[in-house]
Amino acid sequence: MAKDLMPEILNRIRQRTPARLFLGRSGGGYLTSTQLALRSAHAAARDAVRDEFDLPEHLGQTLLEKFGIFETTSSARSKDEYLLRPDLGRKLSDSSRELVRANCASAADLQIVIGDGLSTTAVKSQVPTLLPEIRELAETRGWRLGRPFAVRFCRVGILNDIGDILHPEIAVLLIGERPGLATAESLSAYLAYRPRPGHTDAERNLISNIHQRGVTVHEAAARIMNLAEKMREKKISGTQIREQLPDGSRYSLK
Amino acid sequence: MGRFSDLRELFAKANEVKSGDQLAGIAAQSEQERVAAKCALADLPLATIHATPLLEDDVTRLIYESFDEQAFAPVRSMTVGELREYLLADTTGERELKALQPGLIPEMAAAVAKIMSNKDLVLAAAKIRNVTRCRNTLGERGVLAIRTQPNHPADDIAGILLAAFEGLFYGCGDAVIGVNPATDSVETVSAILHALQRFVGAYEIPTQTCCLAHIGTQLAALEAGAPIDLLFQSVAGTQDANRSFGVSLAMLREGRERILEHHRQRTDVQWVGENVMYFETGQGSALSAESHHGLDQLTLEARAYGVARAYSPMLVNSVVGFIGPEYLFDERQIVRAGLEDHFMGKLLGLPMGCDVCYTNHAEADQNSTDNLLMLLSAAGCNYFMGVPCSDDVMLNYQSTSYHDAVAMRRIFNLQPAPKFLTWLEGRGYYRDHQPAALDGALRRELMGQAEELLSR
Repeated sequence: MAKDLMPEILNRIRQRTPARLFLGRSGGGYLTSTQLALRSAHAAARDAVRDEFDLPEHLGQTLLEKFGIFETTSSARSKDEYLLRPDLGRKLSDSSRELVRANCASAADLQIVIGDGLSTTAVKSQVPTLLPEIRELAETRGWRLGRPFAVRFCRVGILNDIGDILHPEIAVLLIGERPGLATAESLSAYLAYRPRPGHTDAERNLISNIHQRGVTVHEAAARIMNLAEKMREKKISGTQIREQLPDGSRYSLK
Repeated sequence: MGRFSDLRELFAKANEVKSGDQLAGIAAQSEQERVAAKCALADLPLATIHATPLLEDDVTRLIYESFDEQAFAPVRSMTVGELREYLLADTTGERELKALQPGLIPEMAAAVAKIMSNKDLVLAAAKIRNVTRCRNTLGERGVLAIRTQPNHPADDIAGILLAAFEGLFYGCGDAVIGVNPATDSVETVSAILHALQRFVGAYEIPTQTCCLAHIGTQLAALEAGAPIDLLFQSVAGTQDANRSFGVSLAMLREGRERILEHHRQRTDVQWVGENVMYFETGQGSALSAESHHGLDQLTLEARAYGVARAYSPMLVNSVVGFIGPEYLFDERQIVRAGLEDHFMGKLLGLPMGCDVCYTNHAEADQNSTDNLLMLLSAAGCNYFMGVPCSDDVMLNYQSTSYHDAVAMRRIFNLQPAPKFLTWLEGRGYYRDHQPAALDGALRRELMGQAEELLSR
């Protein structure tokens, strides 16, 4: 009886969490199938890290045209340099600064930027649906949206540089997270109120784990806008802003 | 000091190779320059280090306030090189080293670590046990504890509890059942804290629980009625780096006082001690926040321990491979840093554990964590992480697993914390001090409990 129940229970566990639970053990080691599955997932994650940003492939021609998204690059010149020099990934290259200055209106209510970060897979999986949702919510509020652009070899600190060039009230950076073994599709949204040089993570707010089994795109869009509204109201961002989750959200007290 | 212009330069150049020191532009330019710095550092009197603060900020003030002149007396006239030999000597035992702890400032611990080999770091650390108490007792000789880290990408309570529950069958969870929330909000953190407390209460598990949110979020949850066993915060070695974490020394002090008061009010719990803080640290965090002030990452890490020890923590661990290759490039650097962190923390009196880990953009893999895990087990590390199959599905990095806990305890003849072990045996999860085989009855219980958690 209990034996018959097990596959059913295991199935429900797998639906509830992507964590690798109840896979058994051989002494202090994994079963061979688990051991090799972990190696295989690590190989996929390593390959996702090395992949290069390709706008038409990762965002799609339709989205690029609809939003007028153009490509810029940080001061890092290669993937290797990007990995070893976070300072370069936080600054746009000189030519990209000019490009942004020439193509984007300054002082927007909301400026969205897309960064490759450590996973182009995440950008490809989430941004094409997330970006239109954010725009729709912003438009219903009557906010002026800046022209979005993409940054190759991008770090979170690029927000300060963007604040310096464009002076938006709110800047949102959608950036690929470090790929894990369970998924390489996880995206983060970093928000900052009037970002400028000298700002650190203490002045930013983060919604992480945006992917199908984490925070869905739909939830993420709503949370980004809620946070942005709060920031505009209090004229500040960072640790002093505490996110209040919308009623009926699955995060509420059980 | 010879060719080196000041202590900062000497300290930085005496380090083993770290990509973070190179990134900061302060590393030795050649292997010979590195060794020259080590030689000069070995001849440096400890008294000179004491007389020459490397930085003026509130962390430095805290370090000097907690310095014990009398405890320093036995080593006052020594150089860094002599301190190394003293730490390693057959005649220097745990009693001498424990008495010395309050007489060393973090910069001295950092200095001596720079001229010690990996084996030295293991040998000296293995002499010291730093024991702490909250709901159970951790850190005694022969004990290896595990923090269960049952994270979930959407903070799903059943998902979290299922992972914590499975860990019990591997003898994991005695250090703490500690969840990193995906969302740092009062509602989420409260929900997690309540759920963990109900879980520990229902099974009467003799352990601590924790939700590793920002200290402000945890205290707001406390205000709203959530129970807190251990108050968590990431800390770093400069005032500015701590500011980048959104935390100040005053917040740590006041937070600790509020938790102690909260524990006095929770009369349903049998507290066995007043170690109520949990700190995480890691080399490179100050540089990453652009607040390193020209100091090397090893010295800054030691200063973070200077912060931690002022608040009598229950648990302290560096998250040694988490920060990425720009600070610790590959397995060799991660292993070195892990051994340095553990040694310095133990020498300064902290209950050091370690999150032995790596990210997928570093030159490391699971064999790297196997290696460091075994070295730190030999060094007498207080605790490691227990993550299901080593894969943290929320933070997206690889740590160590429930399986690893079983392996380390077996290889090094170690046991879970005593109270926890008794509980495991009582539940039938352990038999003869080993995890029990999942035979019919145990398997039925496991599946029955899992089903109950799923149907909540």
